Amino acid sequence: MLGRNANGLYWMNRYIERAENMARLVDAGLRLALTRTASSTDEWTSVVVSAGVEFSFLQKHTEFTANTVADFLLRDTSNASSVMSAIETARNNGRMVRTALTRETWEAINEAWMSMTRLLKAPIDERDLPRILDQIKRETAFIRGSFYGTMLRNEIFDFSQIGTFIERADNTARILDVKYYVLLPSVSWVGSSLDNYQWESILRSVAAHRSYRWVYEAEYKPTNIADFLILNSRMPRSLAFCYRNIAESLGYLATEYGGRFGCHDTVETTLAKLRVGSIKDIFDRGLHEFLVEFIGDNNRLGAQIAEEYRFN
Amino acid sequence: MVAFDEMRPDGSGVRKPYAGYEQWLLKQDPARLTEKMGDAERVFRKTGITFAVYGHEDASEKLIPFDIVPRILSGQEWRRLTQGIEQRVVALNAFLDDIYHRQEILKAGRIPKHLIAGNEAFLPEMIGVRPPAGVYTHIIGVDIVRTGENEFFVLEDNARTPSGVSYMLENRETMMQLFPELFQHVKVRPVENYPQLLRQSLANVKPESCKGTPTIAVLTPGIFNSAYFEHAFLADQMGVELVEGSDLRVVDGHIAMRTTQGYKPIDVLYRRVDDAYLDPLTFRPDSALGVPGIMDVYRAGKITIANAPGTGIADDKAIYSYMPEIIEFYTGRKAILGNIPTWRCSEPDSLKYVQEHLAELVVKEVHGSGGYGMLVGPTASKKERETFAAKLAAKPGNYIAQPTLALSTCPILVEGGLAPRHVDLRPYVLVSDKIQIVPGGLTRVALQEGSLVVNSSQGGGTKDTWVLDD
Repeated sequence: MLGRNANGLYWMNRYIERAENMARLVDAGLRLALTRTASSTDEWTSVVVSAGVEFSFLQKHTEFTANTVADFLLRDTSNASSVMSAIETARNNGRMVRTALTRETWEAINEAWMSMTRLLKAPIDERDLPRILDQIKRETAFIRGSFYGTMLRNEIFDFSQIGTFIERADNTARILDVKYYVLLPSVSWVGSSLDNYQWESILRSVAAHRSYRWVYEAEYKPTNIADFLILNSRMPRSLAFCYRNIAESLGYLATEYGGRFGCHDTVETTLAKLRVGSIKDIFDRGLHEFLVEFIGDNNRLGAQIAEEYRFN
Repeated sequence: MVAFDEMRPDGSGVRKPYAGYEQWLLKQDPARLTEKMGDAERVFRKTGITFAVYGHEDASEKLIPFDIVPRILSGQEWRRLTQGIEQRVVALNAFLDDIYHRQEILKAGRIPKHLIAGNEAFLPEMIGVRPPAGVYTHIIGVDIVRTGENEFFVLEDNARTPSGVSYMLENRETMMQLFPELFQHVKVRPVENYPQLLRQSLANVKPESCKGTPTIAVLTPGIFNSAYFEHAFLADQMGVELVEGSDLRVVDGHIAMRTTQGYKPIDVLYRRVDDAYLDPLTFRPDSALGVPGIMDVYRAGKITIANAPGTGIADDKAIYSYMPEIIEFYTGRKAILGNIPTWRCSEPDSLKYVQEHLAELVVKEVHGSGGYGMLVGPTASKKERETFAAKLAAKPGNYIAQPTLALSTCPILVEGGLAPRHVDLRPYVLVSDKIQIVPGGLTRVALQEGSLVVNSSQGGGTKDTWVLDD
């Protein structure tokens, strides 16, 4: 495959994933802001920080409100990570690699772009926000459905998967890092309604507020939440799950191309940490330190794969 | 000026090629047809069959309007057309070979030397270069207009990188989706195998040094090019890589593409990048669309470039007026398909005539394309004509003029039924060790009532083109 096509597939999938995560972040923020106990300014601030766009946000806005944040994260095209920008970038990459995509997958991306262009053309009325967020999630789900349902499992699929899961791991780790302090054993007291809301918000931003209860007890517990999002390899947005998938795709590439690179060792090292580690160890050594290290490693892995498979 | 209508000339009965279609049409509910028109647009938009219009502000991607009434040619009409086209294509390739080697036609005085020497489309870099299999122009789109039952003329030979073939294919695909039963009722010859034919044709002109199955690639300027959809479409349908200049470089004397497993050599490059951008070391040094050094590889016979660099000299508008002489010179026969009478404004007598008859003529820039920079005398305002006359007087050599032809019409679906609109036809020709013409082509239609400009950049639309299996 052309290096440029591998690059296009990788970034197309990263941006589709980003668009979806952005919508979930805003959704979680919206939910939390509706609760009286929370300060909505704090919540919207942490949404922007989780999205990794605090600096550019402050260039344009002075206040963190539902309106400014939703506008910046969803429709502002000067923000390269906004849903509109992400879908546009995904589509441009998709256009570039269209010969590598099934017709269904391409049409799903193209339709998502058309629908987002319509939906996000005018400033968002706060009352429409739930409907818009829903539509964004629906469009990205449709792309993913078409992709998994029709794409041949070959190198095209593998580079796409790698893009999806590098991005997702980054998102989950950043969501956790922004909120890590609410997960730490509190010196004052545990289990206030505010904490509960905060915890639920974390789970909601990774679409795990219901599945949490299927795995753990009904009560939210910080260690369980962290365990779910970091180490549970059956939870589709956990770091362990992402790395299992990246390792699997890299494994297929090694078999198909008949050779391994440094990135195969890198991914195995991280995966081993996630496999054998316990959440207690992570808390003991420092959740924040763990996450910062992980985010750095994850970025380096992405760059290493791009270099070794010649699509940098 | 009364135009020949291909379905109902002079408002009389329906012509034979349209009889089967009309039978079907009479049974259709008009409301349903209008609905189908909307369906067609949705199909095109969804699949992303769009084109970019340069200089268009708002919409970077537009649809070429599609009309659901087919343009129909009988098998007999088609056979005559193909004979004329084949003859022309043979002459074009012979002319190119001659002009880059012995230049017999110049020595014989059939074409003035200055038309070649002073022409930007003539590439001195190609002098003495013989392309693989001796083919210069591999893919040609011959623009044909009709003015009567038996009057067909060639308007233009597109011998560089003709576009539009994806519309021919998608139009047929769309028609078959919208009206499956119609194709049972009327037997239409298929066009769907064009991509396979193109691939075989390109494989047949592989460089001599390539012994096995050649690796073929399509070279595109990238996603912002107006015809990007077509480049991707053809690469996809042929099952070959779609490459950009940045993917390619010279490795061990071959052109190679950067893949996830290292550099892989390419044998045949179907390029959709203009000559000037092909090789920054040979042509425009600022071009990022081409491949530095590709001309050296080409001259060494290690790659086939389709179409060959320098083919533009054969479809230049100044050369066009000499095509009857060119055909006779190389084939020894009169042209089967005629040219449109053309006044070369570089010649004083012609210039005088054109200046005096500006209101009746179509005046074109010699190097222009896409319907830009031309004057349609009869429909232009007095002011437009005056402005144009000044340009003409300043640089007469830049212009040619032709009579305003009564292009044939074909009905399109409008509110309230069918209405005639002017059309032209671009069949696609493939040249390798043989010449192949897919039965059909792209019919372009001027959607404005009375308009003669069919270019998509100027508001033209397209139709599915049928050649009957009779």
